[in-house]
Amino acid sequence: MDPMNYIVLAAVLFTIGAVGVLVRRNAIIVFMCVELMLNACNLAFVAFARMHGGIEGQVIAFFVMVVAAAEVVVGLAIIMQIFRTRRSASVDDASLLKN
Amino acid sequence: MITVPLQTAVPSAPVGGGETVAFYVLGTVVVLAALGVVFSRKAVYSALMMAVVMISLAVFYGINEAPFLMVVQIVVYTGAVLMLFLFVLMLVGVGSSDSLVETIRGQRLLTAVIALCFLVPLATGITTVTVGEPVGLAAGVAAAGGNIPWIAGEVIYRYVIAFEATGALLITAVLGALVLAHTVRTKKKRTQRHLSQERIRGDHATPLPGPGTYARHNSIDMPALLPDGSVSELSLNPVLAARVPEDQRSVPEDMRRVIGAGPGGGPDSARSGETRDKGGDDTGGSAAGSDNGNGEREGEGSWTR
Repeated sequence: MDPMNYIVLAAVLFTIGAVGVLVRRNAIIVFMCVELMLNACNLAFVAFARMHGGIEGQVIAFFVMVVAAAEVVVGLAIIMQIFRTRRSASVDDASLLKN
Repeated sequence: MITVPLQTAVPSAPVGGGETVAFYVLGTVVVLAALGVVFSRKAVYSALMMAVVMISLAVFYGINEAPFLMVVQIVVYTGAVLMLFLFVLMLVGVGSSDSLVETIRGQRLLTAVIALCFLVPLATGITTVTVGEPVGLAAGVAAAGGNIPWIAGEVIYRYVIAFEATGALLITAVLGALVLAHTVRTKKKRTQRHLSQERIRGDHATPLPGPGTYARHNSIDMPALLPDGSVSELSLNPVLAARVPEDQRSVPEDMRRVIGAGPGGGPDSARSGETRDKGGDDTGGSAAGSDNGNGEREGEGSWTR
């Protein structure tokens, strides 16, 4: 098996995540799809690290995980806050600045 | 075919047959679970599918000689991030399933077109590249004394600025989450003294009958029976009673009608002259951040009576 198959899988996962971000309207599911895209990138990083025999890919994947964790904490807090004030987790309902 | 030259000519970690099988089996699982994340209607199903994706990716990291990242993936993602997702889902409301009606016309079609435009060139581009056998990390791991010492050396020495910035980022995220999740209490906290006084002054000083007393089962949805065999409405959980009557299968037939008739209509409450609205203690309402104005349904939603 060619090791580039991992990269193809990562591209497929990234695309599925992007489709979810574009299609879904529940903010939490949109967030999960963003996580999916980040994870696809991590898979590509790890596969490249093995392909080229360097550790840098794994180090960068590690940093991506840290940033993703911080992003989830703040993002979910924002979703909670919006839900408290507007009683909805849909991204379509948060249109206060429109018009 | 483009052949990318690698740093060392001798491949040290050829891709074995077992890895090929594992890739195709697990890759199918990952793609199906990712599609499940996107296309399942209920958010909880999405979260569980996400767990499948995360754990499968952790196995992929293990195959790709990244044992540290495998453990971190399971601990951080499936352990912390996904549990946080589920926690917020429970707070926001599990039952609310997304409506699948398009609000923007042609959004799905455009999304499909964009996805294909992204995926097809990328995948064809990637598959034209052959890199040969991967170099593998065995030599570097042996030189550094292990996978974790190698990563630690890179993180501490070469990427130390990024590492420090990560620390600043984490502290900022914690502070931001604290500020965003904090709510000011809009009504005074009811102390134990206040609750006991309210109970004594109310018309039902004794504890309410528990569910299932003198009945055949003691589950929370079974009402207690009075000495004459009739059903005591006081024993029913108001949250369960407020649900759709068809949902409560174990509640007797005449009881469902009573619940539907509204508060004060039951045989027991008619006898004792009390409705359940009085003195409903507010254990969960303020913690969940419900604001002051939403009526007695919120204050009534206590499971502890």
